[in-house]
Amino acid sequence: MTQQQTAGGDVRLAGISKTYGSFTAVHPLDLTVPQGSFFALLGASGCGKTTTLRMIAGLEEATTGTVFLGDKDITDLPPYKRPVNTVFQSYALFPHLDITENVAFGLRRRGIKSVKKQVDEMLELVQLGDFARRKPHQLSGGQQQRVAVARALINHPQVLLLDEPLGALDLKLRRQMQLELKRIQTEVGITFVHVTHDQEEAMTMADTVAVMNGGRVEQLGAPADLYENPRTTFVANFLGTSNLIGGEIVSTGENLVVAAGGGKLALPRERCSASSTAAGGRLLLGIRPEKISLAHADDADDIPAGRNRVTGRITDSSFIGVSTQYVVESPAGTALQVYEQNIERDTRLVPGAEVVLHWNPAHTFGLDAAQDIDAGATSVEDAE
Amino acid sequence: MPVLRWIRRNLIVIAGLLTLAYMILPNIVVMVFSFNKPNGRFNYAWQQFSLDAWKDPCGVADLCGSLSLSLQIAFWATLGATALGTMIAFALVRYRFRARGAINSLIFLPMAMPEVVMAASLLTLFLNMGAELGFWTVLIAHIMFCLSFVVTAVKARVMSMDPRLEEAARDLYAGPVQTFVRVTLPIAAPGIAAGALLAFALSFDDFIITNFNAGSTVTFPMFVWGSAQRGTPVQINVIGTAMFVIAVLMVLVGQLIASRRKSNARN
Repeated sequence: MTQQQTAGGDVRLAGISKTYGSFTAVHPLDLTVPQGSFFALLGASGCGKTTTLRMIAGLEEATTGTVFLGDKDITDLPPYKRPVNTVFQSYALFPHLDITENVAFGLRRRGIKSVKKQVDEMLELVQLGDFARRKPHQLSGGQQQRVAVARALINHPQVLLLDEPLGALDLKLRRQMQLELKRIQTEVGITFVHVTHDQEEAMTMADTVAVMNGGRVEQLGAPADLYENPRTTFVANFLGTSNLIGGEIVSTGENLVVAAGGGKLALPRERCSASSTAAGGRLLLGIRPEKISLAHADDADDIPAGRNRVTGRITDSSFIGVSTQYVVESPAGTALQVYEQNIERDTRLVPGAEVVLHWNPAHTFGLDAAQDIDAGATSVEDAE
Repeated sequence: MPVLRWIRRNLIVIAGLLTLAYMILPNIVVMVFSFNKPNGRFNYAWQQFSLDAWKDPCGVADLCGSLSLSLQIAFWATLGATALGTMIAFALVRYRFRARGAINSLIFLPMAMPEVVMAASLLTLFLNMGAELGFWTVLIAHIMFCLSFVVTAVKARVMSMDPRLEEAARDLYAGPVQTFVRVTLPIAAPGIAAGALLAFALSFDDFIITNFNAGSTVTFPMFVWGSAQRGTPVQINVIGTAMFVIAVLMVLVGQLIASRRKSNARN
């Protein structure tokens, strides 16, 4: 089952772009997806991620650029001649064929006569052995989704493309299918390119995530790296939540010290992605809500020295079980988010209470100030 | 009142049965009178039961000739209209081209136009072109008016088709021809079949347009019309009944196959 995989290679996009009339869906893009990896294209709807995927599949013609598969230029090959298969957003199962024939479709088109064994094996892999003779409409959404995966995988493509494959499923099933897909990918070892607007999904499943915005790749990296070290406000806001505080650099050294909101905040120089880190320059400081500790103003003296501090007042709090989410108004920002684990709850922390936010300076990241501070912040909700 | 309550509960069934009766009654009359043995030439009053007509359906001069002609015309008209109409429907739904909107509305013209008017103007056209009236002029006319029905039926089906199904086929190693034969056509088939059935029925019993453009050729509806002036042979009822029974049988067989398939899929 591996004769095609061994001949495989990386997917390489070189200067690939797509324009529709005057609208540019994808700006010239260079991207390499290493063989055997689980790669996610993440972004809000309309960011060009699906167009990029369809150009790899051959369903969309690239306006400029080249698509390589290993050393082979496949830019001008029609989709039916590419060793690449797709799992479509709405599954696109053939309604007139039963599950067996759906799964066998690709094999039969390539003139393979005895498909039964392979089909049975594949249905076993996606745990649908008992459903071989049903029609697609007799299956639930999750089952249809697995048929779609089986129908693509049975061809042993060099690359499997997944276009929002879990978008139509409810939350619980989605989580389950995420694990399932990850298991299948590990089992078969084929390169997966997964398009999604769900940042949690991208982070759970993928080895490498490319965050796309406005037809460009904003940043590319391992999920933890993207989360900890976003380089643009879009990535900082789109992947999870970030508190972004504008300030002016007052001293440089191993740590940058920034004047913001009436106080001074420090951050490691190597965690700052701004182009200029000279004193007097503007900077955006970023800190994730779960990295902040919250102390009541009366206990301010107990906070260890050397931590970044911001004073403020709680304007809102919501209890969500494992943690409590606070919104804090402060000179540094009007809506700072703080997530506190519910280990020992301080009953004084209610809306209206004066508090001090403090965190380890090493957890702070720095961004170039010359960008929209809210980029990517609202698009998550729009896409959902 | 138990009776009133019973009526109220079964109102939908009663209404359905009444509607069915209203539609079927004329057919039943045709059927019953196919077993009649009329006195004289007119088959309008019940005399006595007889199988004479059923035993000799072609017993009336020219009847079976006209029937066979009608069936031939209906067959070729269906074939032509279905092939052309399917292509037009796909073109109208799938492609953007100049005059697409105009064609979309003009396709409906044969349905909206009074048939007599169309028949008369068609005759004018044929005469001006110097065409010889007969089988071919009738066939051309039939294809023309069946076309719009086929287009309408197929278009509805193609419009509801997910274009991603064809993309999926292409993605799964099916070239353009394979994609059309294996995916597009089977999914569009119910629409195409509906269009074809409609075309056959319309062509088979068309009288007005045929009568204008047939010249000396006589189709079955023309034969019935002509014979009605001089008397109505029982054989006409026999043919009518046979057509009705064949149609009903075809529907039943179709449904039987469908339900058989469904229960197979479930097991």
